[in-house]
Amino acid sequence: MAKMNMIAALNSALEHQLERDPNVVIFGEDVGYFGGVFRVTAGLQEKYGPHRVFDSPLAEGGIAAIAMGMGINGLRPVAEIQFADYIFPAYDQIVNEIAKLRHRSGGEFSTPVTFRTPAGGGIKGGHHHSQSPEAQFTHTPGLKVVYCSNPRNAKGLLTSAIECNDPVIFFEPKRCYRGPFYGDPHNVPTWNSHPDGEVPEEYYSIPLEQADVVIEGQACTVIAWGAMVHVCQKAIEDSGVDCELIDLQTLVPWDRDAVVNSVKKTGRCVIVHEAPKTSGFGAEMSASIQERCFYHLEAPIERVTGWDTPFPHTTEWDYLPSPERIAEAIRRTQEE
Amino acid sequence: MTERSTVTTTPYTIGVAPFRPGDEPSFGGSFKEQPEDLGRPDPASCTTEDTVAHAKGLIRVLTDDGEAKGEWDPNLDGETLIQGLEYMMRLRIFDDRMMKMQRTGKLSFYMRSYGEEAIAIAQTMALKEQDWLFPSYRQPGAQFVRGRDMVSMICHCIGNTEDNVRGRQMPVHYTWREGRFISISSPVGTQFSQAVGVAMASAYKGDDEACITWLGDGTSAQGDYHYALNFASTFKPPVILNVVNNQWAISTHVSLATGGRTFAERGLAYDIPSLRVDGNDFLALYSVTQWARERASAGLGPTHIEVYTYRAGAHSSSDDPSAYRPGNEFECWPGGDPVERLRDHLMSIGVWDEKKDKALAEKIDAEVMSAYKAACEFGDLASGPYPPASTIFTEVYETVPWHVQEQREELGK
Repeated sequence: MAKMNMIAALNSALEHQLERDPNVVIFGEDVGYFGGVFRVTAGLQEKYGPHRVFDSPLAEGGIAAIAMGMGINGLRPVAEIQFADYIFPAYDQIVNEIAKLRHRSGGEFSTPVTFRTPAGGGIKGGHHHSQSPEAQFTHTPGLKVVYCSNPRNAKGLLTSAIECNDPVIFFEPKRCYRGPFYGDPHNVPTWNSHPDGEVPEEYYSIPLEQADVVIEGQACTVIAWGAMVHVCQKAIEDSGVDCELIDLQTLVPWDRDAVVNSVKKTGRCVIVHEAPKTSGFGAEMSASIQERCFYHLEAPIERVTGWDTPFPHTTEWDYLPSPERIAEAIRRTQEE
Repeated sequence: MTERSTVTTTPYTIGVAPFRPGDEPSFGGSFKEQPEDLGRPDPASCTTEDTVAHAKGLIRVLTDDGEAKGEWDPNLDGETLIQGLEYMMRLRIFDDRMMKMQRTGKLSFYMRSYGEEAIAIAQTMALKEQDWLFPSYRQPGAQFVRGRDMVSMICHCIGNTEDNVRGRQMPVHYTWREGRFISISSPVGTQFSQAVGVAMASAYKGDDEACITWLGDGTSAQGDYHYALNFASTFKPPVILNVVNNQWAISTHVSLATGGRTFAERGLAYDIPSLRVDGNDFLALYSVTQWARERASAGLGPTHIEVYTYRAGAHSSSDDPSAYRPGNEFECWPGGDPVERLRDHLMSIGVWDEKKDKALAEKIDAEVMSAYKAACEFGDLASGPYPPASTIFTEVYETVPWHVQEQREELGK
């Protein structure tokens, strides 16, 4: 075990993959010599050479397209999109091409691409360095969608994402790169003292499709992913309610058994995400939960989300779900 | 001049920056291209073919000794030149102060135009006041030319109650309709093809307007750059398309942005007259822009310009260039420092001296500081006041729909 922040943990996962599989290549904007604007690929070009870890031209559409081509022809590309907000020039390639290749070719072709991309708010990034566009990809059949939340699961999930033969969109909550985030911008701890900052140095993986039950409880199921997992932890403490907290980890395909069993037990559910409410992944979760748990529900399913507005700059703390808003929702589920 | 100095070629070609930290940079001394190398074709009859040499070469006016020479000399009067110097000095002093504010926690983020001050300023001065500006984040200097108040600019950078975009955008992402300075967006290059649309609308309405836009060498890899060239070539609207080749896109060297040839030459293939200009030469920049504007006025449509320069500072306050390039690269840049070059020229023609220069710098510095203080009256970064949280919900649509209104009430602020 070693103390790692999320950046070091992701770097470690990438290094194991480069070491184990000569077909793994890593590229994107600033990822080569410089090691990425968030330093996730630091040192890898030096160690594995510029043909395996390289800087690309600044064109996300091009990055996605060449990743697809490489994947078709036997490589296992891991492409970085510098911010999730900048994934949209690649959207056509990802949605119409990469996601559908296996299906459209009758299974003759597929491309095992992983797109890593920092997402989410809390760094004063305004509209274009803060968004959390997971629902735009969960709505695309053919893609797996993963959202890590801490160093331990970041490493294990990225390993599985790269090894997965389907294309994976891998979201990294940039707010949590250097520490968990409990919703208070003035008090941001590091991963140093957090149990999930203890990361095995050796190779390991965490299966996709598996949620993590962070806290066990009886009175209410709280479901979150990314940075919101930690904010929910704080909200649960503040609420005084005996909640079960589920870190979904993989959004498509999501861990139905973990969620359904928990909601059947508690009869109450709060879903939390940073992205806007309308057509957010919380809507899918909520609909699926009521389909499967209707006769066990004791209260309406609550959603606490970002607002249906562009992500703000100065007022971002009024946009992101706060511990207060989440705690209120938890309490509402307890009312008779 | 080829852009690619070094590559590795196994198993495929990877562009490599010529100098990394620890290397001794050298760009071979001064430019070999001289002001009298290239003639100035008649803008009203010039074809793409007439600009082949201009796209491969480098248009200069100021010699290394600060003299103005050649057919591209715009023959500006002393007053206009001094005005240009003042804008450039203002931008540099403003940037330095704001970067200090960022470093001391008084701004959340900042981006300087260091080394590239001449570009937006000379080019905007060469245009007409009704022309549209569609900038990237490295052309805020255009606002000084159009007379924007520094207090208003700083209020935006702080994101306080007087920020005209209500704290919604990161600092330096200015919007200023009055100055026809269209809103800056973080996704790079998007403005380039949008600018072609702005120019088509001017042509449609029959208005005597042009639109100027800029993007970087790195950004020229985006589809938007190529869409813009193709649409501009097809419809021939009055648009001036600038690739600011400043050598660095964060850590990505220009050798990663293109496999070779100059950026200007790309325009030739789209049948757009294309020029390559020394981006640290105020006079040359003014002149090529004036030439492009004359083409637009004559109904001849687009001009494509490569502005050859060097990004002297970090990409932004979040960047540390010492990790990927030698610290003294800018000192070796053959184009020198754009502010010093214009200053030297003004001194050599006898309209400027050290005393005037020092007095102007002190005056601007005092104005910047007093503008900062005045801006803080409307809220500072540490303690606000900021725009009210209700501004999250307004101007998402023209009117607030029920579901957004409901969320606004839920927030209760």
